Amino acid sequence: MSFLRRRKPPENQKPTHPQPEPELEEEDNKKKELTPNKKIPKKAEERVKWSCLDNCCWFVGCVCTVWWGLLFLYNAMPASIPQFVSEAITGPWPDPPGVKLHKEGLKAKHPVVFVPGIVTGGLELWEGHQCAEGLFRKRLWGGTFGEVYKRPLCWVEHMSLNNETGLDPPGIRVRPVPGLVAADYFVPGYFVWAVLIANLARIGYEEKTMHMAAYDWRISFQNTEVRDQTLSRIKSNIELMVATNGGKKAVVVPHSMGALYFLHFMKWVEAPAPMGGGGGPDWCAKHIKAVMNIGGPFLGVPKSVSGLFSAEARDIAVARAIAPGALDKDLFHIQTLQYIMKMTRTWDSTMSMIPKGGDTIWGGLDWSPEEGYRPSKRKKHRSNAADCSADNENVSTESKARNIVNYGRIMSFGKDVAEAHSSEIKKIDFRDAVKGSNTANNTCRDVWTEYHDMGLVGIKAVAEYKVYTAGEVVDLLNFVAPKMMARGNAHFSYGIADDLDDPKYAHYKYWSNPLETKLPNAPEMEIYSMYGVGIPTERAYVYRQSPSSECYIPFQIDTSADEDDKDKCLKDGVFTVDGDETVPALSAGYMCAKGWRGKTRFNPSGIKTYVREYDHAPPSNLLLEGRGTESGAHVDIMGNFALIEDIIRVAAGATGEELGGDQVYSDIFKWSEKIKLPL
Amino acid sequence: MASILRFRKLCILVPVKCSPVSYESHDAPEAEKKEDSPISAVEQVSEKPQVKKNKRQPKQWRCIDKCCWIIGYICTTWWLILFSFNCLTANLPGLKVPEPPGARLRREGLTALHPVVLVPGIVTGGLELWEGKPCSEGLFRKRLWGGNFAEIFKRPLCLLEHLSLDNETGLDPPGIRVRAVAGLVAADYFAPGYFVWANLIENLAKIGYEGKNMYMAAYDWRLSFQNTEIRDQTLSILKSQIELMYLTNGRKKVVVVPHSMGVIYFLHFLKWVEAPPPMGGGGGPDWCNKHVKAIMNIGPAFLGVPKAVGSLLSAESKDVAFLRAMAPGLFSSKTLGLQTLEHAMRVGRTWDSVISLLPKGGETIWGNLDWSPEEGHVCDSLKKRQLQASASDDKGNNSDSRRAFHVKELTKYGRIVSFGKNASELPSSQFSPLVFKGSSTNSASVSCGKVWTEYNEMSHDSIRRVAENKAYTAETVMDLLRLVAPKLMQRAEAQFSHGIAEDLDDPKYNHYKYWSNPLETKLPNAPDMEIYCLYGAGLPTERSYVYKLTPSDRCKSIPFQIDGSADGSNSCLKGGVYFGDGDESVPVISGGFMCAKGWRGRTRFNPSGIATYIREYHHKAPTSLLEGRGLESGSHVAIMGNVAFIEDVLRVAAGASGAGLGGDKVYSDIMRMSERIDIRL
Repeated sequence: MSFLRRRKPPENQKPTHPQPEPELEEEDNKKKELTPNKKIPKKAEERVKWSCLDNCCWFVGCVCTVWWGLLFLYNAMPASIPQFVSEAITGPWPDPPGVKLHKEGLKAKHPVVFVPGIVTGGLELWEGHQCAEGLFRKRLWGGTFGEVYKRPLCWVEHMSLNNETGLDPPGIRVRPVPGLVAADYFVPGYFVWAVLIANLARIGYEEKTMHMAAYDWRISFQNTEVRDQTLSRIKSNIELMVATNGGKKAVVVPHSMGALYFLHFMKWVEAPAPMGGGGGPDWCAKHIKAVMNIGGPFLGVPKSVSGLFSAEARDIAVARAIAPGALDKDLFHIQTLQYIMKMTRTWDSTMSMIPKGGDTIWGGLDWSPEEGYRPSKRKKHRSNAADCSADNENVSTESKARNIVNYGRIMSFGKDVAEAHSSEIKKIDFRDAVKGSNTANNTCRDVWTEYHDMGLVGIKAVAEYKVYTAGEVVDLLNFVAPKMMARGNAHFSYGIADDLDDPKYAHYKYWSNPLETKLPNAPEMEIYSMYGVGIPTERAYVYRQSPSSECYIPFQIDTSADEDDKDKCLKDGVFTVDGDETVPALSAGYMCAKGWRGKTRFNPSGIKTYVREYDHAPPSNLLLEGRGTESGAHVDIMGNFALIEDIIRVAAGATGEELGGDQVYSDIFKWSEKIKLPL
Repeated sequence: MASILRFRKLCILVPVKCSPVSYESHDAPEAEKKEDSPISAVEQVSEKPQVKKNKRQPKQWRCIDKCCWIIGYICTTWWLILFSFNCLTANLPGLKVPEPPGARLRREGLTALHPVVLVPGIVTGGLELWEGKPCSEGLFRKRLWGGNFAEIFKRPLCLLEHLSLDNETGLDPPGIRVRAVAGLVAADYFAPGYFVWANLIENLAKIGYEGKNMYMAAYDWRLSFQNTEIRDQTLSILKSQIELMYLTNGRKKVVVVPHSMGVIYFLHFLKWVEAPPPMGGGGGPDWCNKHVKAIMNIGPAFLGVPKAVGSLLSAESKDVAFLRAMAPGLFSSKTLGLQTLEHAMRVGRTWDSVISLLPKGGETIWGNLDWSPEEGHVCDSLKKRQLQASASDDKGNNSDSRRAFHVKELTKYGRIVSFGKNASELPSSQFSPLVFKGSSTNSASVSCGKVWTEYNEMSHDSIRRVAENKAYTAETVMDLLRLVAPKLMQRAEAQFSHGIAEDLDDPKYNHYKYWSNPLETKLPNAPDMEIYCLYGAGLPTERSYVYKLTPSDRCKSIPFQIDGSADGSNSCLKGGVYFGDGDESVPVISGGFMCAKGWRGRTRFNPSGIATYIREYHHKAPTSLLEGRGLESGSHVAIMGNVAFIEDVLRVAAGASGAGLGGDKVYSDIMRMSERIDIRL
């Protein structure tokens, strides 16, 4: 927009500058014509003055007129023109899957339930402090985010939860937006569920057969029930939809964290009443046909570790590398990262995605299931793929062996540590380190991050431990943020169950961990893992201590850690692996590829599982295709035609076999084999 | 923001120099020469050094420059005003809105107790598109109804096509699916800035309500009530939501707040939910007693509204008739090929729900040719108050004499439709008995057939005969409609009934078509429930019409129209419409009768003796523009912002009973009117 504004005026101004000469002639002509009247030439000269102000007004007027003109043309333009133009360039578009399948004769059959993930659901204000006046029932999260810029501190205050309880702070009620609008678009123009909804509507779905199970994604899963009765609501809605659709079972489509949330729901609904929903042991068998998890981080995501540890992910690390200091400067008293950390650390749900299963799943100091992963090997058939590799096929086997990335070391302090052999690393246990000697000055107090309580000794101890594996990362977080983790440990668990029949596993904190729960007894149900692959995904981090750690987060990702050997996938301090940009393939696929495959102890009734991978292809045409119809990225995959087609087919009655069973591009099965987990 | 700031700087300077220029430059460029002298004079004084400089580089004000300049000027001022408006409103003490009732009651200690269900009325609920014809591309899940109505202006015919229903079935036409918007957004604002429920919702939120204990029972208000269940399962969803809220809120019964047509929709629901499964919801005979604490009907149209007759007969009401009187030919002329009213009628006649609003109870309730419950109603008192308010009193000086005159000439409200002003005043003995003969030789020209209104199928003869019958009461008006729109009535009368039951135990009353008529159903067996009738009073409300034949019927689709010229200086007749007391849409008799008499105590309509309360809110026009649509308004929709009303709803939702509110609160003559209605109870 501003581009247009800036560009247009000069074009309009041009005529005015060369004007004087021709106009002088004109004026002469006028003078000749009007000679009888002597006053007029004089006036013509007086009329000439353009004060600065007039010029400005004139300029504004021109801009406005042009702008309106364009706006009018744009509005008057038939809606089909952009499509027409693009079809002229790239050839006819493929029919959207909904239209295609409608032509095939597919019709709405099973009711569909969407479970949105973290961050993508809208939140609106129901009660707030003075500073949030006029925002009643306006979106604080999602929508335009206009308020973030207008009153950032107020916004942070309202988005935060209570430190102790993980529920509303007094006097503030922020609630999830209900209905399909909750997560159809995250911000205007950035679709999440909208494309899927539109395609389902093509084969006859509408509000009565589609339900968006919107929940407050900031609070822990069980708390959504305690505070908002969200789980009861989902149960009642599924029952209602099954009843009003002639007993057709529901197809559930969770996305991202929604997959964990729904796992929790399935345990909750069958558990007896005080803690659970009291639906009886066959509720799932009776009401659910299929659970189609899209990019479900069943085993957690490494990203959440860095998010909790230093409130940064790759994007922020890159931004810091490009403009060092932008985020750290105390300039204007903006402590962006600290505020973000303060806010996000009150959100229990982020802790649901800490890597689960510890070293068994994510690998130890010297071992990881993905070891030997070389993006270039898989990528050779897709030259345009955006990954961290150049084509160096000719890496000798020796160097390959030497260069195996230790993905198991989720956090390491210093690049050398990340690569060194485990025997070379001297670790000093941090767990017993005394935290005392609080040197943090009190001025930083308003930004609460728990780092102040650690003191320099604690910080140093953390750095000296050098390397953390998935299991140790949990200990680290316990050490670094004890209050937060105390809250989180009451709601989530990250281990692997030895004996699933242990009565302690009836507690709700285990329900969202697939390694500590049994699937419900529903042999006819189907579970799908659908996720994108082919995009480098954060897997492990290289950390360093912040240079000046007085008032800041004392650790940050070491963006200087780069690797020339592209096969090692180290870039800006982040080791990447195959996945959908957020969730590594291992986390999304392992359970369906192995953990639940066949009759295992996690899946006693032998629910059928299917792995459906979607290889990422960037949009061929940026302007017209938007975010692509073959994308594999975590959120963009919701616009992937192949995925939509799969969902529609299942919703219209197909089974996993009819879809074609597994569809795999990555090495997920090989990796799963390497994981030694008793099943 | 940045651009506003930039231009704001400019504008601080603007008023000093440019204001005289802007004033004069509105004229056409030809006039420039004359204007120039004052400008230059001003500028010569103020900027002498510049003048010399400019003389060396002479430029000229051409027409286009001038235009740009003006536009720029206007824009800049506009932005400045907008900017200052955005900055100031919150802080200006003068603009402080009085404290909302929710905040006050919260300080009193009220908190959310009973879950609240809101049931919107006709027209106010949003409708969105789920599937459409090619002409509606890009409107998927966009609002066709409600919102800003932008699309109606862009592609009116396409929109009308999508809003219509199928003529035969009253359901979706093939290939089109328009559905009700779900959730609180469905009817919080009808159009941006025009609140419906938003005020009430906000105040409920102040005492602790939120999404989990507040539910908007949005339904497709175009369909007949039973069809909302058949097509969308709306009644089942409502049942399930009430049960869910009851369970998740510690087994607290719900308070239902229906508005306008929502009132009879919820009446239908009450019967449906207890009826056995194939036709009903199978909730069992004590469902209502178990789940519903109180029904707080707002502006209830229990017995229908005369307005519905006007809209079905000729697609017009007071406002349209008034417009036509002001600008004759505006609606009738076929210039531009617009047949606004005809199109509106065509669409409106496919909506079954309109039929539910036809006056019920016939002559017993609404009066016959010579008698009406409201007779003796003095409009002057109304008028006088209004005139005093507007301080333009030119008639009020002889109100005494006119009141005397009134007693002699009672307005015959019973004649809901009369052809000609005379017919509305004549004694009944001069009328010939009503005869309808079905001689329907189709003589209407075929060329008019594009807009389907069923009038095409009527012959000129029968049209004339309709008019000759002169006056119609609530009962005979139904015959008239059956003659005029046979298909519509046939479709709709399978869904609704408008009579009075002789014997409520007759098994035929188990059919759903009687469920929305309070005079043909028993209330459920729920002695603990309470029913409130909350409505505005003190506004002139359409009660009956004076019609005439449309003057030229060469290619007219609608042969009748309200006689806008019929003005009675002495009665409540204005612009062809007789006004009674009410809330501008629903007359008090329709809103209050059931609570005042029909259900009061233990009657045959209310066998379990459910307590009923009447709460009237006397209309007071907003004192200043800042109040918006008024804090004490009594009009049909604006009452939802009435402070006293909101307080009542909040108190009941927080646990108060009707007696705790203070029982009945009556301003109108509803009690006396109800006494006059002779109905077996």
